[in-house]
Amino acid sequence: MKKVVKIICLLSTLSLIAGNVLAGQKLTMSGSTTVLPIAQKAAEEFMNTNPDVDISVRGGGSGVGVAAIIDGTVDIGNSSRAAKAKEIATARGKGVSMVGTVIAKDGICIVVNKANSINNISLETAKKIYTGEISKWSDAGGSGGTIVVISRDTASGTFEVFNEKVLKGSKVREDAMMLASNQAILTSVSTTPGAVGYIGLGYVTNEVKSLVVNGVTATKETVISGKYPISRPLYMYTNDAPKGLAKQFLDYLLGPTGQKLVEEVGFIAVK
Amino acid sequence: MTSNKKTKELMLEWLFLFFAFLSNILLVGIIIILFKESLPLFKEIKVLDFLLGRHWYPTYDPPEFGILPLILGSLWVTIGSLLVAVPLGLGAAIYISEIASTNLKEILKPAVEVLAGIPSVVLGFFGMVVIAPLLQNIFKLPTGLNALNASILLGIMAIPTITSISEDCISAVPRGFKEASYALGANRWETMIKVTVPAAFSGISSAVILGMGRAIGETMTVLMVGGGAAVIPHSFLQPVRTMTATIAAEMGETAVGGEHYYALFGIAVVLFILTLIFNIIADLVAQRFRKRIV
Repeated sequence: MKKVVKIICLLSTLSLIAGNVLAGQKLTMSGSTTVLPIAQKAAEEFMNTNPDVDISVRGGGSGVGVAAIIDGTVDIGNSSRAAKAKEIATARGKGVSMVGTVIAKDGICIVVNKANSINNISLETAKKIYTGEISKWSDAGGSGGTIVVISRDTASGTFEVFNEKVLKGSKVREDAMMLASNQAILTSVSTTPGAVGYIGLGYVTNEVKSLVVNGVTATKETVISGKYPISRPLYMYTNDAPKGLAKQFLDYLLGPTGQKLVEEVGFIAVK
Repeated sequence: MTSNKKTKELMLEWLFLFFAFLSNILLVGIIIILFKESLPLFKEIKVLDFLLGRHWYPTYDPPEFGILPLILGSLWVTIGSLLVAVPLGLGAAIYISEIASTNLKEILKPAVEVLAGIPSVVLGFFGMVVIAPLLQNIFKLPTGLNALNASILLGIMAIPTITSISEDCISAVPRGFKEASYALGANRWETMIKVTVPAAFSGISSAVILGMGRAIGETMTVLMVGGGAAVIPHSFLQPVRTMTATIAAEMGETAVGGEHYYALFGIAVVLFILTLIFNIIADLVAQRFRKRIV
């Protein structure tokens, strides 16, 4: 009996060592938390079909992703914004040429309860609502009495876009509800007459009303073209044009299966 | 043969010694990491500004790391949960130990303890889809995700702890106390309220404090139904944000080694110290209880 246990232990240790030696190819990426779910999902599926590949995905924020490419510590740097001119210059100084591949688009919809009469909203009004300058629907062109402001946690990628495109750095009113997921916001807005919230385009259902922003309806087309104002491209940066495993991975992500995964996690496919 | 037996026993002794120390080593490791990861924050801001600051805006430029609203939010829902759990839990304990027949007792006590086994995410979901709309309609509120909702659910979660321990303590009151009371002509109700429950009082208090520890450390439920607004609470009908919910919601999306990351560990330290204090108090009270009965 004891012998059997020993043999099993030995074999499993050996197989672990062997497994590590055999898993030859490694791909590392880090960066934007917005891109994180896409990268994670795609990495999982990619490793399922290519069992000998080991992909490690980390967060850290867009700045971290770009810096990691400049420092050469990762193969792919994820970013939810284009690299800044300063960053590109630093990279060039280190002999790194940054190449960004747009792998998905991110569009955020402003949603209200279905009973609300409002259909259009301007970015300025939305900002005033979220900062607390306006607190009654009658002042914002809608109905439903007091506005119940619902936001995502300030650490989330969704909040990051909203902050960048709508709030432009102003603070959300303190008593705004901060919910932890798109789903939680959807549920709250659909059950609360005076509520306003924002969620990724991929999460919008007919339980809520999605508002026209600055005269543009949020659809896949307007997000892809960039006409819809609360939208942005998501990048994966590489040093020089992607090659080897990084190219394989990006090709996979931009292919039909990869783009389907993009939509599955709530973003807009670019192809 | 005997020496072989002795070695075996010695080995087992060492093995169990290792197990006993392992959990302690883990605890010490966790404490060290908690403090180590939170210290860099205090190079940037003062401890008092962190503890008493009224604004939690961790991702803005410049960021603000004031956790007073979070501490008060946690205490607020904990007090609320006790208002729910103490009357219900204690009432159940008294009924089970003093009034229920043996058969009923054998069903009731395990049933209350099963309540402790419900995953908090299930309770949270229940709170979101059942209690929230209910509160919204009853109180004509803009939202049902608020401190009251969180208090009710945390109360439900603390009931098993309070009932189970209180019941043990009430049952442990020596028979002689009750018999003496009956001999003096007191009826059942008088004996229960004036003799049995006061005799078990310190045990009951330690049950309540442990229930409190359960409530203040709970995360998933308050994250789901608390509403998440980081404001200093002044009513049970407004959204609150607790320390636990803040850590859970933000830790996954913050850069390791940033100020925000250190601040979240700072919150964890505060939470750890608070629960430690609760546990020490519960222990002291329970010790007093044991002495009194003996």
